[in-house]
Amino acid sequence: MRKPALLALACLCGLAAFAKNPHDARQFLRQIPNNDKVSQALNRLTFGPRPGDAERVRAMGLKKWIDLELHPDRIPENPVLTAKLKTLDTLAMSSAELVRDYPTPQMVRQMVAGQAPFPADPGRRMLIQKLAAKAELKQGQGDQPNPTAPDAPALASLLTREQIRTLRTGTAQQRLAAFQTLSTDKQDDVIAALPAGLRQGLFQIAPPELRRKIEMANGPQQMVARDLMEGKLLRAIYSDRQLDEVLADFWFNHFNIFLDKGADHYLVTEYERDVIRPGVLGKFRDLLEATAKSPAMLFYLDNWQSVGPDAPQPRGQGKKARRGLNENYGRELLELHTLGVDGGYTQKDVTEVARCFTGWTINQPQRGGAFQFNPRLHDNGEKVVLGVTIPAGGGGIGGIQDGEKVLDIVARHPSTAHFISTKLAQRFVADDPPAALVNRMAQTFLKTDGDLREVMQTMLASKEFWSVGAYRSKMKSPLEMVASAVRAVNGDVDFAFALANQVAQLGQPLYRKQEPTGYSNSSQEWMNSAGLLARMNFALQLANGKVPGVKVQMAKAATELGSPEFQKR
Amino acid sequence: MTRRIFLRNSALAMVGVGSAPLWLERALYAADAPSPRKKILVAIFQRGAADGLNVVVPHGEKAYYDLRPTISVPRPSASGDKREDAAIDLDGFFGFHPSLAPLKPLFDRRHLAIVDAVGSPDPTRSHFDAQDYMESGTPGIKATRDGWMNRALPKPGGKVSPVRAVSLGPTLARSMAGPNPAIALQSIGAFQVRDPEAARQFQDMYLASKDPVMRAAGRETFEAVSMLQSVQSQPYSPAAGAQYPRGRLGDSLRQIAQLIKSDVGVEMAFADVGGWDHHVNELGQRASDGQLAVLLRDYGQALGAFWQDMGDRMSDVVVVTMSEFGRTAHENGNRGTDHGHANCMFVMGGAVKGGKVYGRWPGLEKEQLYEGRDLALTTDFRDVLGELVSRHLGNPTLKSVFPGYSPKALGLV
Repeated sequence: MRKPALLALACLCGLAAFAKNPHDARQFLRQIPNNDKVSQALNRLTFGPRPGDAERVRAMGLKKWIDLELHPDRIPENPVLTAKLKTLDTLAMSSAELVRDYPTPQMVRQMVAGQAPFPADPGRRMLIQKLAAKAELKQGQGDQPNPTAPDAPALASLLTREQIRTLRTGTAQQRLAAFQTLSTDKQDDVIAALPAGLRQGLFQIAPPELRRKIEMANGPQQMVARDLMEGKLLRAIYSDRQLDEVLADFWFNHFNIFLDKGADHYLVTEYERDVIRPGVLGKFRDLLEATAKSPAMLFYLDNWQSVGPDAPQPRGQGKKARRGLNENYGRELLELHTLGVDGGYTQKDVTEVARCFTGWTINQPQRGGAFQFNPRLHDNGEKVVLGVTIPAGGGGIGGIQDGEKVLDIVARHPSTAHFISTKLAQRFVADDPPAALVNRMAQTFLKTDGDLREVMQTMLASKEFWSVGAYRSKMKSPLEMVASAVRAVNGDVDFAFALANQVAQLGQPLYRKQEPTGYSNSSQEWMNSAGLLARMNFALQLANGKVPGVKVQMAKAATELGSPEFQKR
Repeated sequence: MTRRIFLRNSALAMVGVGSAPLWLERALYAADAPSPRKKILVAIFQRGAADGLNVVVPHGEKAYYDLRPTISVPRPSASGDKREDAAIDLDGFFGFHPSLAPLKPLFDRRHLAIVDAVGSPDPTRSHFDAQDYMESGTPGIKATRDGWMNRALPKPGGKVSPVRAVSLGPTLARSMAGPNPAIALQSIGAFQVRDPEAARQFQDMYLASKDPVMRAAGRETFEAVSMLQSVQSQPYSPAAGAQYPRGRLGDSLRQIAQLIKSDVGVEMAFADVGGWDHHVNELGQRASDGQLAVLLRDYGQALGAFWQDMGDRMSDVVVVTMSEFGRTAHENGNRGTDHGHANCMFVMGGAVKGGKVYGRWPGLEKEQLYEGRDLALTTDFRDVLGELVSRHLGNPTLKSVFPGYSPKALGLV
């Protein structure tokens, strides 16, 4: 009697892909009713429908709407989003500017010691000097473990007792008013002196500019990470170029960078803005080259330190060890970015590819420097990559051609066409996408020389995309769940920091996937008890209007937002 | 095992039968109620391919020093300013990296065994594939959907605890995927729906879902929530002054200890720790500096604290560590190493025959290396895991746990 029960259990607790029987190919040819097509489009091509979206799409016509989404430059951006992004000033800065204006404590010490330039802006410069002074004070304490001790008296010396009382016990309006009567200079000092609880309370009622001041008190280098996460959530929630946002998420993940790896902290902003986002609907070869030459990728996968064993001059002299070939980027380029692990390359290919990319480095990575090809680091010997001989001596500008030749080879390889098509189909169609669809997408890829818009079009025009097998078959990732929930309640987002924390709680800390594989596009990744509970708790919090920074404008029950159905798209 | 003894031994005694989870009440009346003192296996995965040669240092091997001119760990006999960075001798040939000092007493008291030149026979040097193969327990086969730990869970006597298999972290470890219920848990305290009324409604929705996967996931989740309520109501302090280091591993091990000591029926636990992929700056100018040294300090402290905290409960527990593959025998010129082959594993527990390094050491001379570059494999990782599954957990069905392979015991337990 036990065996059938066990079998039933095994079936139920299914290792099968989500929902429908994935091995039934017919499900991917049966079309969903026309009425459901708008829903499918919104679920798959956006971060979830807002109230009224379905009607808007129907009014425009589904085909027209999809075509528009595939040409985001034709869609005017949401002015609400533009305004909100403006306050996140790091998002518009270059890597070098970020390092200078939002320095790490080490960088601050260098500035104070005259080894690095202060920011040009006098207000910013003063802020940093104050930070340096505060850091010195803390260091001087040595054995005293209480970092707030010297600050407490400072508050009393900055404000009157009346003011302090207001800040502690006044209404939101009173607290803000009391604070805003202070001079700018004093405001910075008071913020630094406030105990964490009061600072947090002030943060939640403060207007955007004041919020930034408060955040700066936690350490300027954190602003870079915070702005990235805020920006990503605000875009997912507010952008009118929704497919563009979904693709930006997909491609950043495909060419993943871990924000917390050393210098990458300051390199990701430029990377996402200037390398990934502009390339999502262009030619794959262009996107690939942009990532290969990005300081972010060169640092993350260590290629900036890779030196040819026969290079004319080893990097670093004297005490520093003689550098050598680093295969990390070579391997991940083939395995994760292009051909895929079964794409038909060998360990020898990995080494040869690595040799081609020697010399692809960064000028001063810790100062937010730019890509630089350094011929002195380059291995000029002959290489054979995937059967193609790359002659010795490189030719052209000292050998940068070798790496570019590799990019040509891999970007046009049939395995790459297949691998990229599979990943896209997995994200947009089904966890286990039907082979016939993937093959057609791969054909388009090869025929159009890697035109990603054309590949998307093949996918979106397919029977499989509009099939019963695909419909509502995928589970939302944490980012998708949080963003779609806020969109469903037509949320008014003042600041998105709390939402970013929720996405992390649900299992997907933004920009913080350590491995170059990025987050999985498969539903299985998110189907676990910790994640499910976190989603239910988030649904409760949001429905009750208790998510800091988010105002619910269209009431929805927690039981809807946390329901099994809402977790699917 | 009478009902009274069961309750006295279990933390659930505090809750009272009336509010005990359903499964427990039923189980109390079942003829074969589960024993609260089952054997437990804790697996720790070092993700990123830890450099085994610098974790357990073959200081007796001359080639080791030739291959690693700048990132080797000095011999135990080192003098002068190198003494602090010297390997901690274990048996005259191998030594611990100095950061693992907390584990030396365990090795000496024979509770910690090391297996060297062990790993997966599959030639892949892809992190992703190698981790997949090690966690599925079927190297070379991609079609395997479940994990070795799920398959290794012994056949249950009556109804089983919903928290029988616990994976620490935000997602369920690949090793635990499969038909047996297994839960992913980040924090014991947070493992609940915060509103009791809403909790009931959600539970009803999930159990009524037309989607079988959702239904099963919901059921597993809510049964586990119910089970953990008793644990949540009691504040936890590690025993014997054990101090877990802050961070992911310390956190995971502390919670595993808490769960085991709460007698909620944990039989398998999994934790992972990342960051071992040291292509650059593996060790600094001194062996006690550098990324690996820092990671090992945390590692040693966490394992040491777990041992202390668990106390004599360790007689039922074995901890086993693994990494997807090792690293190149030679350094790479960036003070780091690239992907390699064989590695080492730790096996720690009251019943473990520790105090020695198991496995046949193949040597590091050029002709002894795998593909001329890596430490060669002389023991399959499934031999280690297989022995623990059959002899420690008492599950003899190794053919289904490691299909296509016949594990050979090393004599670890």
